Amino acid sequence: MSILGTIVVAFKALMRNPTRALLTTLGIVIGIAAVITMMEIGTGSSNSIRESIEKMGANSVLIIPGAFRQSGVNKGSGTQMSLTPEDCEAINRECPSVGVAVPIVNANGYQVIAGNQNYMPARIQGSAPAFLEIRNWEIDEGRRFTEREVQSRARVCLVGSTIVREVFGGISPIDNQLRIKDTTFTVIGVLKSKGANMMGADEDDVIILPWTTARLRLTGLKTGEATNTTSTAATSPSDLYPGEGVAIYPEPVETMEDDTLHVPKFIHIDQILFMAVSPDKVNEAVDSVTALLRERHRLKPDQDNDFRIRNSAEFMKMLTGTSTIMTNLLLGVALISLIVGGVGIMNIMLVSVTERTREIGLRMAVGARSKDILQQFLIESMVLCLIGGVVGILLGHGAALLVNAYLQWPVESSPEAVFAAVVVSAGVGIIFGFYPAWKASRLDPIEALRYE
Amino acid sequence: MTIMALIELKNINKTYFLGEIDVPVLKGISLSIENGEYVALMGASGSGKSTLMNILGCLDRPTSGDYLLDGEEVGRASGDRRAMVRNRKIGFVFQSFNLLPRTTALENVIMPLSYTASDLSRRECRRRGIEMLKQVGLEDRIYHYPSQLSGGQQQRVAIARALINHPPVLFADEPTGNLDSKTSEEVMEMFSQLNSEGITVILVTHSTEIADCAKRSIHIQDGLIVNGNYTEKSSGKAVNS
Repeated sequence: MSILGTIVVAFKALMRNPTRALLTTLGIVIGIAAVITMMEIGTGSSNSIRESIEKMGANSVLIIPGAFRQSGVNKGSGTQMSLTPEDCEAINRECPSVGVAVPIVNANGYQVIAGNQNYMPARIQGSAPAFLEIRNWEIDEGRRFTEREVQSRARVCLVGSTIVREVFGGISPIDNQLRIKDTTFTVIGVLKSKGANMMGADEDDVIILPWTTARLRLTGLKTGEATNTTSTAATSPSDLYPGEGVAIYPEPVETMEDDTLHVPKFIHIDQILFMAVSPDKVNEAVDSVTALLRERHRLKPDQDNDFRIRNSAEFMKMLTGTSTIMTNLLLGVALISLIVGGVGIMNIMLVSVTERTREIGLRMAVGARSKDILQQFLIESMVLCLIGGVVGILLGHGAALLVNAYLQWPVESSPEAVFAAVVVSAGVGIIFGFYPAWKASRLDPIEALRYE
Repeated sequence: MTIMALIELKNINKTYFLGEIDVPVLKGISLSIENGEYVALMGASGSGKSTLMNILGCLDRPTSGDYLLDGEEVGRASGDRRAMVRNRKIGFVFQSFNLLPRTTALENVIMPLSYTASDLSRRECRRRGIEMLKQVGLEDRIYHYPSQLSGGQQQRVAIARALINHPPVLFADEPTGNLDSKTSEEVMEMFSQLNSEGITVILVTHSTEIADCAKRSIHIQDGLIVNGNYTEKSSGKAVNS
């Protein structure tokens, strides 16, 4: 008998008792629906987590200085002044797996004054032009600052949309002035709104300026906790040009010194942000940067790193990992319900075989081989499970859409889950249909025909 | 070409092994049935006629002895081969009709075709099924379910099913056992007509009236043939109710 013919026969046999077929397959329907819903919610949530992390800057890696230890007290990460702009330049120069690295100077805690507004932004950061590229941040209007403006310590800044709203009353602030720590800055660009980040902090409450300007005008030289060993940069002109005890410049008098603006050599920066050339090169980039910085900081093999590397991929893995565990757990529960459904199928198929003993005997009498009978009942249970699977897929997808509509959970339909559901339901049909089908095929036609 | 008997039984024995007791049912039956015969197998219950019928119908295997059907040894053939023989060369009509419930007359009739190796198209199957139903006079009952048919009609559907593959031999096990005398007559007439068309008909019955329709009666008693002669009565019209 052709497979198609058998399927038609199986379908007709099932339709002889539609209520029972429906109730039998209900277990499979519920199981598959649960699997589909779980998969859609699971992929939806892990995708939304990945998206929000990518919004913060995909494959970006942050290097922060290590902890400064004083009198046995660990002052926490970032207190040691171990990173220098030269480190950043060296990373750009020597690590091929790093796309671009930029220094970051944090200048938080200053008030911004513009017109009659007085506002304290959440973050004021100094960096290089490539910072926006790494953070995947676009300019809404105006322009970004240039490398030249970084070198010339230009008093320009980019502002986030929250600043525009709070300080400038929502009016385009391009070419307007604002003051931070008695220094006037010209707004040259407005950053595109990023909204809140995953922790709920407002990403747009930010002012970005050239890191050199931030160092010179805002933070000054943070030398207090610098360790001498970590920087090879010389700071004073006489250190730079040691001339056998002869002073190059005349000693300035006290009043002169007061009037002169001290231009510090920027020994230390707060962080280095870099981006790997591609997401799969992140680990390679981290390894090469670690090796380079250890070499530059002259760390002995037994010494710990005096910096830390925070990889957003790690963070991402942790967050998606949590949702993966939850999804797998629920998937496990759903699979158990599929097994229960399969046992139900087996039970009813056994009943069906007993009930149709005469039919089996008759089919054998008119020429059905035992393998025809086996095939018939196997296909019957498979058809039953597949129908259940299809109904389950539709129900599950519907449930996921409902969850999306009423609970606003992110869902994403996954073709793999649909494919898996079809395979699993057919598999359940074969596994749990085999024993009843085998039992049917073993019947003796004479006994079967005589069966009442 | 030598004329070969359609059915050739040589010293058929059948013993059931029930635990420690052996129950011999057939004790050396030799029988020859020619093509086109109309035979009634008779005997009291327990005489072994049903067992002989099952062996003849390839549903059961003899314990010993040879069974040649259409020149082929089928008594010792494989299960699949015997299934094919049942499908192609044998038609069965049962006492209790054995139609599939909630399945139309047509579907019942063409059911054996699905086990025929040759791949007939579904349309061709239906065409043959309808033709068969016409032959048994049920062309207006094609889409009726067995529950909507009378006993006689159901038995005619069963006969149509038995003949769908044009088998040379038709077995009928008490075909009128569940029918009243009038419909019995109709069914028996149908058998006579089929026989006159060249089909070998073998009936199992314990009613002499039914057996009288056949051209030859074989009496079985205690697993042995006691009388296998041809009856001199003319066939078909001999049912006296």
